Amino acid sequence: MGAPLNMSSTAVIINRATQIFEDLSFSAAREWKAAQPGRKVVGYLPIYVPREIIHAAGMLPLGIVGGGDRLEVVHGDAYYQSYICRIPRSTVELGLSGRLDFVDGMLFPSICDVIRNLSGMWKLMFPHVYSRYFDVPQNYADEIGGNYYVNELAELRDDLARLRGAPVTDDELRHAIALYNENRQLVRELYGYRAEQPWQVPAAEVHLLMRAGLVLPVEQHSAMLRDYLAAARLVQRPRRDNCRIVLTGTFCEQPPLNLIKSLELAGCYVVDDDLLLVTRWLTSDVPVEGDPLRNLATAFLHHSESTAAKFEPDQREKGQHLVRAVRRTGAEGVIFACPSFCDPALLDRPILQHVLADAGIPCIAFKYAENSGQMQPIREQAGTFADSIKLWSGR
Amino acid sequence: MRTYVGIDLGSTTTKAVLIDDDSRVLGRGITNSRSNYATAARVASEEARIDGRFTLFHRALQRDGDPGDRLELFLAALERAFRLEQFQEQLADLERTCNGQFRGGRFAELEAGVRRALDEVFKRVRSEVAAMFAPGARRKSDFFRDIAGAHYYTHAEAVGRELSLPYEILLNIYDKSILEVENRPPAGDLSGKFRRALQKILAEDGHIGQQAAHLQHVIEDTLDVDLEDGYLVGTGYGRVTLPFSKEHIRSEILCHGLGAHMMYPNTRTVLDIGGQDTKGIQVDGDGIVTSFQMNDRCAAGCGRYLGYIADEMSIGLHELGPMAMKSDCPSRINSTCTVFAGAELRDRLSLGEKREDIVAGLHRAIILRAISIISRSGGVTNEFTFTGGVAKNEAAVRELRQLIKANYGDVVININPDSIYTGALGAAEFARRAYEGGARQEAQA
Amino acid sequence: MTTAAPAARTPTRDVEKDASMQKQKAMMAAHYDRLTSAPETGAKVCSTFVPGNLNELIGCFDLLNNLPEVNAIQSGLRRVSGQYVMEAEKIGHSEDVCTYVKSDIGMMAKGNIAPNGQKFPNPDVLLLSYTGCFTFMKWFELLREQFKCETIMLHTPYMGDGRFTPNMIEYMVKQLRDEVIPKLERVSGVKFDIDRLRERLKKSAQAEDDLVHVLQTARNTPSPIDAYFGGIYYIGPIFGAFRGTDDAIDYYRFLRNEIDERLAQGRGPVTPEGDMGRERYRLVVEGPPNYTHFRQFWKMFYDEGAVVVASSYTKVGGVYDFGFRHDASRPLETLAEYCLGVYTNRSLPMRIDMLTNYVEDYRADGLLINSIKSCNSFSAGQLLMMREVEKRTGKPAAFIESDLVDPRYFSAANIKNRLESYFQMVEQRRASARTAA
Repeated sequence: MGAPLNMSSTAVIINRATQIFEDLSFSAAREWKAAQPGRKVVGYLPIYVPREIIHAAGMLPLGIVGGGDRLEVVHGDAYYQSYICRIPRSTVELGLSGRLDFVDGMLFPSICDVIRNLSGMWKLMFPHVYSRYFDVPQNYADEIGGNYYVNELAELRDDLARLRGAPVTDDELRHAIALYNENRQLVRELYGYRAEQPWQVPAAEVHLLMRAGLVLPVEQHSAMLRDYLAAARLVQRPRRDNCRIVLTGTFCEQPPLNLIKSLELAGCYVVDDDLLLVTRWLTSDVPVEGDPLRNLATAFLHHSESTAAKFEPDQREKGQHLVRAVRRTGAEGVIFACPSFCDPALLDRPILQHVLADAGIPCIAFKYAENSGQMQPIREQAGTFADSIKLWSGR
Repeated sequence: MRTYVGIDLGSTTTKAVLIDDDSRVLGRGITNSRSNYATAARVASEEARIDGRFTLFHRALQRDGDPGDRLELFLAALERAFRLEQFQEQLADLERTCNGQFRGGRFAELEAGVRRALDEVFKRVRSEVAAMFAPGARRKSDFFRDIAGAHYYTHAEAVGRELSLPYEILLNIYDKSILEVENRPPAGDLSGKFRRALQKILAEDGHIGQQAAHLQHVIEDTLDVDLEDGYLVGTGYGRVTLPFSKEHIRSEILCHGLGAHMMYPNTRTVLDIGGQDTKGIQVDGDGIVTSFQMNDRCAAGCGRYLGYIADEMSIGLHELGPMAMKSDCPSRINSTCTVFAGAELRDRLSLGEKREDIVAGLHRAIILRAISIISRSGGVTNEFTFTGGVAKNEAAVRELRQLIKANYGDVVININPDSIYTGALGAAEFARRAYEGGARQEAQA
Repeated sequence: MTTAAPAARTPTRDVEKDASMQKQKAMMAAHYDRLTSAPETGAKVCSTFVPGNLNELIGCFDLLNNLPEVNAIQSGLRRVSGQYVMEAEKIGHSEDVCTYVKSDIGMMAKGNIAPNGQKFPNPDVLLLSYTGCFTFMKWFELLREQFKCETIMLHTPYMGDGRFTPNMIEYMVKQLRDEVIPKLERVSGVKFDIDRLRERLKKSAQAEDDLVHVLQTARNTPSPIDAYFGGIYYIGPIFGAFRGTDDAIDYYRFLRNEIDERLAQGRGPVTPEGDMGRERYRLVVEGPPNYTHFRQFWKMFYDEGAVVVASSYTKVGGVYDFGFRHDASRPLETLAEYCLGVYTNRSLPMRIDMLTNYVEDYRADGLLINSIKSCNSFSAGQLLMMREVEKRTGKPAAFIESDLVDPRYFSAANIKNRLESYFQMVEQRRASARTAA
């Protein structure tokens, strides 16, 4: 990241992001930790943790989203039956193979029973690592779910303070909130730009940039996003006659990069997705003034993304986030890509499909694994989908 | 002498091992697991008895101080002659059975022609029998079904053409008959066959003329040794339908663990990759199983997977290993799903990947699955023994050695050329112990 | 979590042995009749789940409880779940997901017929007690889409750190007081009466005492009960529609007397083929059973003289054997604590502690895990649990796989093979220990 601002081409930036993405030893995070004695790293799994609190404790939040298609899983498979998705196996493999030996804490968000149970496995397998199941409220009343969540956040803050050996102050929290507000603004800007001109911002590049955000300190990541946006706007890239789709179902185990590339090659521009939701979970700025934990809680309750792991109290609202995403981005269809054996994504899918059908939005669905090697069937399906959308719209 | 038999009824082959009171192996036998498990078990144990007789001949002749090379030559000749006897007997049975297919008038209008054809086919097959068992002759298989079938098919095609008879009729008759023949219990009279074989080589081989009386004497003495049935234990994948009563059945896991222990007493971990399943077994210093794991419901990564790949590539299973050995850059294959194996293979070939690299990657993928089963069962702590059909595949062995070393360091890895008999050996030892236990109880009573 | 199988499949060679089972079956049948006659009687129906079910509270509003898991189990036992599951897959549900859900959805698609042959009434309210299982949330979102009825979320936090905190209790009590109860009042038209709730909670505690007594008779050798296959009959009323009722008190007292008598006579557990033969193996079982081949599965155990002395599955609707009882003096707090404590809401280390305790306390030969494809809440992590329990107890464990109600996922030969290998391994290790001694 030593290059002067605005001098980097998108290729240089993406090259750096790719290095981070491909590095299963997390060298960037290791280097951050080694740069100053006493630094600590806290890992977290999908879909959401309040990274502000980790940052405020002077620690690096490290997003862990499995091992992708390049990690050879040897011992991780020993812990899981064949009908369980890939992400916990490769995560266990990362742990057992020493690739996470510099990680001081692990947070397991409330996303499904598999990740939930992994929190207990981690306590047993890595007893010296601070491990916490990070529960979030499924009740969205301020006085009920809100109070509960504020207290949960306070517990997390206090745990990290113990780990750090010093209290985490409100000012530190406010500073972190401001930094993440800025980061989320940049992420939204990037997503907005892609929705407008998807040929300018290939989905695979967006994904690589978001992946870098899991590993880099937020300040560095914001700089990277800023540089990329500036560089991307300078050069016109060729526009293809692709249709525009919203990609959904990909909020936990990540599809291989090849899958994302294949969609665009097959004729589908991705104009919105639910990959790495943590980078934009909160949909509006968190107020910097006032009680920081209460502010984080309020944002979670009232201004956060909808996804399968969250209960939707209002039947009429169920699935509308997807319809809105389609309308907002001018998408012509939705692609459900769900990890095999992913309970939240697969159980939610039929309801969402009905909502889309009622809204007259076409969709297709397939499954993947983080290490899927074959893209041919996906290229074929996405290509056929793109062709049918074009026929339908008379293009 | 008292003997104990262990039988391992596998999904494709049935193995038998015969041991003595000192747990020494006397003989091994193998046959294809036909539809009739009872017959397969009888055939395999008779084969083990035959093999056992040869061991006894060997021991007896060695005791008499016969020089090694000549002894080996003699015994090899005796075995060929014996196999020839055995083959001729079964061939005669097959011919009779083929000719018996006319009952009920199935081929009434063609009967005369077909009979003539059968006579001719069998005449031609018989003319080749001696060559099949000549010194140095190579047979692709030792199972009667395979040898007889290959020759029958060749001649039936020619004879059918010559006599203008549909080839299918002759095939049909064969297929029906071979099932009957192989499901008939073995004919017995082993001693008679040994004697006839001995007479034959004595008559043919002038060199042993002056020793004939001595050899005859030793062989006769050995044939007189009664191989008394001590006890029998059966095991194997098809155990639910094993043709034995409950007290004669032991789990294949236990048999495998004990068998591996008998071959290599320092074994603590056993990996068996068979056609249908993969087993990781931990044993203690006495060969007692302390834990085991098998592949889960998903059969991916078993030997059968390689079979699919071979079929997909239209090559023989035994050609896969050598092909993979040619690769120095195995492809990374993530899916061992048998359902997708073919598609993945074609996808990769179309992307320009080399066959040998893909095949090497597939070998690595199944060994990775096996390693995770071992890990599940408790890992590798000491000597490691690899058994099962896949242990004969050099590419699989290469990957296994590499992965064991990477994950568990330098441990001794045993691969026995007779590893296919591991389960049967353990079963035989269980039989011996059962007898011993029973005898002790009787003595106490 | 269960009810008895249909009468035609129950060989009752000795009526006396089966008296409690007959009683249990009659209770279950009566409940199904109450449910299916709801349109005539005007009773309102509340669907809810077994883990964390608030039967005492539901009763306070004169609502009938309908438990979709129990319906799926019934479909499994009656061997119709296979077609239901396939029906659900046909209408767009993935083959990868929970078959309880798919059996339920398929059953509705095929007329929603109860085990008594009558049509199930539509629910008036879905009480989404979100306890110990992620799938519950999606399940009731699916049902809500279909029935468009009031859906009440009660979120039970997970005991990730092996304990519950005052924050969790407060959160749950507030949900109960400010959301669950007012909404139930609205749906039912019945005013909430806390004394009525206290009365029911007292009744719950009585039945819970007797249930624990029965389950703990398995500490004896031979055990007079099978705490898994038999246990599933015993938990039926208390995990289902009867906790907090006089019927449950009667049933558990009756059962207790029956089992005490077996114990006094030194008899082993009753099986579908009469008393089990000599007890040869004592097991602790983790995980739900398979229901489509329930009898066949059970037979693989009792034929070998294997008795299950403790199981985690009989704790999914409440863990009572470590002292918890519903406490009438703290009505809402006690409901919260009950929900928090159910087995699948416990962290993996807690579950391992429990199973280790069972292996030791019930002097078992080892742990058997029946890993269920449908249920990640149970299954994810079981291979580590197995290792840990083995390590801590020094007793061997075994691992088999099946599914709840998907007959495609039950391979008899495979399971039998592993079970027999396991039993023989236990036998061999015993023999070796004897020789060493």
